[in-house]
Amino acid sequence: MVKKIKNLKEFSLSNDRFEGANLMCPGCAHNIIVREVLNATDDPIIVATATGCLEVCTAVYPKTSWDVSWLHIGFENAAVAAATISAAYEVMKKKGKLPPATQKMVDEGREPKIVAFGGDGGTYDIGFQSLSGAFERGHNFMYVCLDNEVYANTGGQRSSSTPIGASTSTSPAGSVSYGEKMMKKSMVEIMSDHGAPYVAQVSPSKWKDLVKKVQKGFEVYGPVYINAQSACTTEWKHAPEDTIEVSDLGVESCVWPLYEIINERDEHGIIYSTKLNITYRPKKKIPVEEYLAAQPRFRHLFKPENRHIIDLWQKAVDARWEYLQKREEAGV
Amino acid sequence: MAKDLKEIKDIEEIKELGWDELLPGAALFSFTEPVEDVAEVPMEERPYAPTNSHEWQVGDWRVEKPVYNRDYCIDCQFCWVFCPDMSILSRDKKMIGVVYEHCKGCGICVEVCPTNPKSLLMFPEHMDNQEALAMWPKKEEKK
Repeated sequence: MVKKIKNLKEFSLSNDRFEGANLMCPGCAHNIIVREVLNATDDPIIVATATGCLEVCTAVYPKTSWDVSWLHIGFENAAVAAATISAAYEVMKKKGKLPPATQKMVDEGREPKIVAFGGDGGTYDIGFQSLSGAFERGHNFMYVCLDNEVYANTGGQRSSSTPIGASTSTSPAGSVSYGEKMMKKSMVEIMSDHGAPYVAQVSPSKWKDLVKKVQKGFEVYGPVYINAQSACTTEWKHAPEDTIEVSDLGVESCVWPLYEIINERDEHGIIYSTKLNITYRPKKKIPVEEYLAAQPRFRHLFKPENRHIIDLWQKAVDARWEYLQKREEAGV
Repeated sequence: MAKDLKEIKDIEEIKELGWDELLPGAALFSFTEPVEDVAEVPMEERPYAPTNSHEWQVGDWRVEKPVYNRDYCIDCQFCWVFCPDMSILSRDKKMIGVVYEHCKGCGICVEVCPTNPKSLLMFPEHMDNQEALAMWPKKEEKK
């Protein structure tokens, strides 16, 4: 059942199923995203998490912060854990062996939702093969990547999501280096090419867009991938109170465009239609420089010898925005 | 002798135990009794178990605390939706206060507050809330 959320006041009637006094950093965007995702529905939710900040900070023995069923296995297999739950649920439903309370909710049209949360390390790098496998098999679940562009839990090592020029503990900026050398991997397109029915990119600062996309994802049958921008106060090194502002700068400068890709497949699994929609267009596109200036991990780029990286950034962001607009226009 | 979490009813008892005195690998229970539909039960009515982090507190992380002033609030709920720690209490579309046990003092609620003057402001942790309310700033004139 789709929960009706017309405005923020209506949304605030939700009862949180994620508890306080977890050990995430003050001002962490992970929590904001998890709250918005869980509150997007009133149906029962089963959560699987990959190892990462979210997992270690919300399940510190002997306490848990989850009021929903929660499963953690390893770093690399959040997607498989969720896929397994989904497969087991479907078999139990077919055989009529669901617990009575769950059966009652299913009869009311409130199917349990299965969500996997992973950081960018557990999604882009370490968990990629299990994620790819689960998407290829087409299980009915949602995978939410909390993308903070670095291995924040283990001390800020670079991941394949780290953008060019960022100073991390394994790509430090200094007299010989300007930081990370590689561009960010475009995960949304990669997951869309698996033929997933719904793939989207979201930011916690645009809560309504996020909730709408999550609800759309819950409605379709099949694997759904949501890429969520998660500003990290510890590794992006901005002040805790600036989390929302930094996320907003990312969206307004088109560094983090908000869009969705809808794939339609026939009964043989052949994709016959792909549609890309840009769901948010900044009224006035701000220069990338403002986004970079808000985060001290890019501070060294403002030295004269590194200015060319900022120009490169702007070029890359413009090209990508152009590419997305062209795709939307062409309807592919 | 290691203790099973299921036998512990009081949160203080867990805190006194050393890390090696708990039976490892036990399931962590959120509630003391099964709750069929958590989304329908408000926080005040949930039967929290001592192993639910809701029963613990992280308020001592704070240096500054947000103080809430009802007089200027327009109940826009921006603070509620962007609070990372479920520390803004909102009931029946009205903002009613801050949960100081769970608030880590990040200050996001103050940043996103749109009123003039702000209805949430950061004050030193040791200051009394009444004292903070008395020294609330006046409305800023637009230049």
